[in-house]
Amino acid sequence: MFSMNKNLLAYSVSLLILAGAVLLGVTVGTVSISPVVLWNPSSDEAAANILWNIRMPRVILAGLVGAALAIAGAAFQGLLKNPLADPYTLGVSSGASVGAVMTLFFGISIPFLGPFTLPVMSMIGALLTMLAVMSFAKLVDRSMKMETVILTGIIFSSFLGSIISLMIALTGEELRQIIGWLLGSVSMRGWPYVRMALPFVLIGSFVLWLKRRELNAMLFGEERAQHLGVDVRKSKMTILIGGSILTGAAVSVSGTIGFVGLVVPHMTRLLWGSDHRHVLPLSFINGAALLIICDLVSRTIISPTELPIGVITAFIGAPVFAFIFFRQRKGGA
Amino acid sequence: MLEIKGLTGGYGDKKIVKDVSFTVNKGSILGILGPNGSGKSTLMKLISGVLPAAGGEVRIDGVSIVDFPPKELARKMAVLPQLHAHAFAHTVRETVSLGRYPHQGGWFSSWSEKDEQAVMEAMRLMDISHYEKTQIDRMSGGEQQRVFVAQALAQDAGILLLDEPTNHLDINHQKELLDTIKKQAIEKDLTIVSIFHDINLASMYCDQLLLLDEGSVVRIGEPHEVVREQDIESVYNTRVSNHPHPELPKPQITLLPGVERAAASIRIRAEEFEINDGMVLYQSPIPLKTVSSAVVNAGSGWFRNFMNRHVDSFYNINDSVKEMSEFIEQSGLKTTDTVGMMTAVQTQDAIVKEYEGPFGSVVIAVTAGVGNGVDVSKAVERTLRVGTINTWILVNGILSDEAFIQAMITATEAKTKALQQEQIKDPLTGTIATGTSTDSCLVAATQQGEHLPYAGPITELGKLIGVGVFECTIEALKLYQMAKAKSI
Repeated sequence: MFSMNKNLLAYSVSLLILAGAVLLGVTVGTVSISPVVLWNPSSDEAAANILWNIRMPRVILAGLVGAALAIAGAAFQGLLKNPLADPYTLGVSSGASVGAVMTLFFGISIPFLGPFTLPVMSMIGALLTMLAVMSFAKLVDRSMKMETVILTGIIFSSFLGSIISLMIALTGEELRQIIGWLLGSVSMRGWPYVRMALPFVLIGSFVLWLKRRELNAMLFGEERAQHLGVDVRKSKMTILIGGSILTGAAVSVSGTIGFVGLVVPHMTRLLWGSDHRHVLPLSFINGAALLIICDLVSRTIISPTELPIGVITAFIGAPVFAFIFFRQRKGGA
Repeated sequence: MLEIKGLTGGYGDKKIVKDVSFTVNKGSILGILGPNGSGKSTLMKLISGVLPAAGGEVRIDGVSIVDFPPKELARKMAVLPQLHAHAFAHTVRETVSLGRYPHQGGWFSSWSEKDEQAVMEAMRLMDISHYEKTQIDRMSGGEQQRVFVAQALAQDAGILLLDEPTNHLDINHQKELLDTIKKQAIEKDLTIVSIFHDINLASMYCDQLLLLDEGSVVRIGEPHEVVREQDIESVYNTRVSNHPHPELPKPQITLLPGVERAAASIRIRAEEFEINDGMVLYQSPIPLKTVSSAVVNAGSGWFRNFMNRHVDSFYNINDSVKEMSEFIEQSGLKTTDTVGMMTAVQTQDAIVKEYEGPFGSVVIAVTAGVGNGVDVSKAVERTLRVGTINTWILVNGILSDEAFIQAMITATEAKTKALQQEQIKDPLTGTIATGTSTDSCLVAATQQGEHLPYAGPITELGKLIGVGVFECTIEALKLYQMAKAKSI
């Protein structure tokens, strides 16, 4: 069988890191909380209150967002055979933002969706952007070279960014709130946001996980995948929808947080190989852990001021992006 | 069974493949040949269904491929595409395992024992089992090619489409791979369609060949029906020459280069022959095209040095080829460059003469001794004794294959006539001898100057050979008899 030991090790290490991240996330901060409070709330009621009502939802939300972005990034990379693809570089996050900002700007509320209007609109924005980016890239260059796709993502990102700026300029008093949200943050969201994101993150991840074998085949090109018996059109659409659900869900609760979907799958592949049957779940776990840690750093590094979490992820992500780009070009791939 | 009927298609409005039809039976291999851009790869894509056909259809066991769901089609037909670069690293094992994709279904289904066996078997067949954990992007092109062939084999489909399977492989691995594929075709009754770049490989391994030009079938049939000089030359627009395979009844072609360094123009002259009591030696400045029944380098080939060596009549060595080769090397010549004959006759009695004709000239060299003359019509088993009449015909001209053989016939006839003239008898039967028991003949030509397509007895060349060999043989026989008389 496939080296079971290696996989066991991969999952154990990843889960341990996640557990550690959660533990640090809920205990470290302006008020230090003893981990004992976790299983014995009565020992310190005030601390338990902070832990369960402020820190825990924040940590879980960060985890969900990180997991969603990372697994979506892994899937986009496999689908496009492009190690630089992730929701942020493809412009999909911007699309989701437009969907979210429009919802806030116009005060849209779809009756039967209720509180889920925001994430659903984000998802629609994400999916439309993804389809547009892919069609445009294909028009430019049939073989969809790495650079073409990323450049197209940047073009769409800038364009959508200007739409957002326009809408913000027109809102006036709500300006601050939207800007804060745009920069990307998981602070002061609370349990309602967790409930809003959770079902979509689970559904989206499950959809992608179902396509793990197809993603493995598609890494060798769409034509090869078709030879191997993959229904390429259907799989592609499923993966795009899955990725858009995840991006939309993440962006609607936390704004645009870049590079998580790039860094995490890259590290995961580097450490544990590129079999999507494991890359997807491991990216999910590691993405959660990474964003929890980034969030922790963002709120403690220049405490009491909080840095936007996107600053931390970009600080790590941009050099990794540069490194992957360099290696791909030098490797002649 | 794979049936292709009137298949037409291409990209957009451009029809690259036009009305192609053929059938491949179970257990047989069809090779697709054609120049670059003839539509071979497009035809493959149409057959595999990756490219939808604009007309015609592809049927597997009577069912059109468009009626198969993707996974079921992949269980029926595996494809080996041309090699591409990859952005991500995979191990050999992971890559080959992907071949099992069409056999896996359901949400959670996992790897079965059958999947495992198919993968192990495919890796074993392609001799890559020991690379199992290697990253394919660190392997050479040839090794990667074998990995992808293994992937296609692991798919365990009845039909195999291969796009230049021997690409990137050295000749040993080309042979190994095609042997394996052919063996699979025979043992597992596979139907195989493969694109070939190498016409000779295709001819050797395929049961049927299809020659494609500008998207249409030029010729289809067994290799000998397709690999024909005229067709290959017109389709590939290049000069080739067709030869039989040395071991198989399959045609092989040889490229004839368009540009060559101009060979020094030479003329073989009788005076250039070195004659002493050890040997008769002619050294040509350029290789001559040669056909001979010599001891060393018999058969046909291109050689520079021609040696007729004197050995005493008791010469009796088991491995005379080896001994002669050593002798050639000791004489400062290369065995690869030298045709070596032996004679018990005194080599200083060799007759070497040049005969001029309207086309050029012929140099004839004969050493003759008839101690063991044989009347071939009454030949019975005799103990072999060292040979005697060695005849060389060196032509300043371009000989065709027919001319080489006709030259030998003409020379033999002239020799026999000379023996008759001299009343040489077979000592056992008392009848006129037609030759001796170990005569040798050599025809060589400069392949410069005039084209001499025939060398029968009434052609200009044949006349010179006939007269020349006859005269030289008689003279040589006279010298032999004089020498014999002297020694008695």
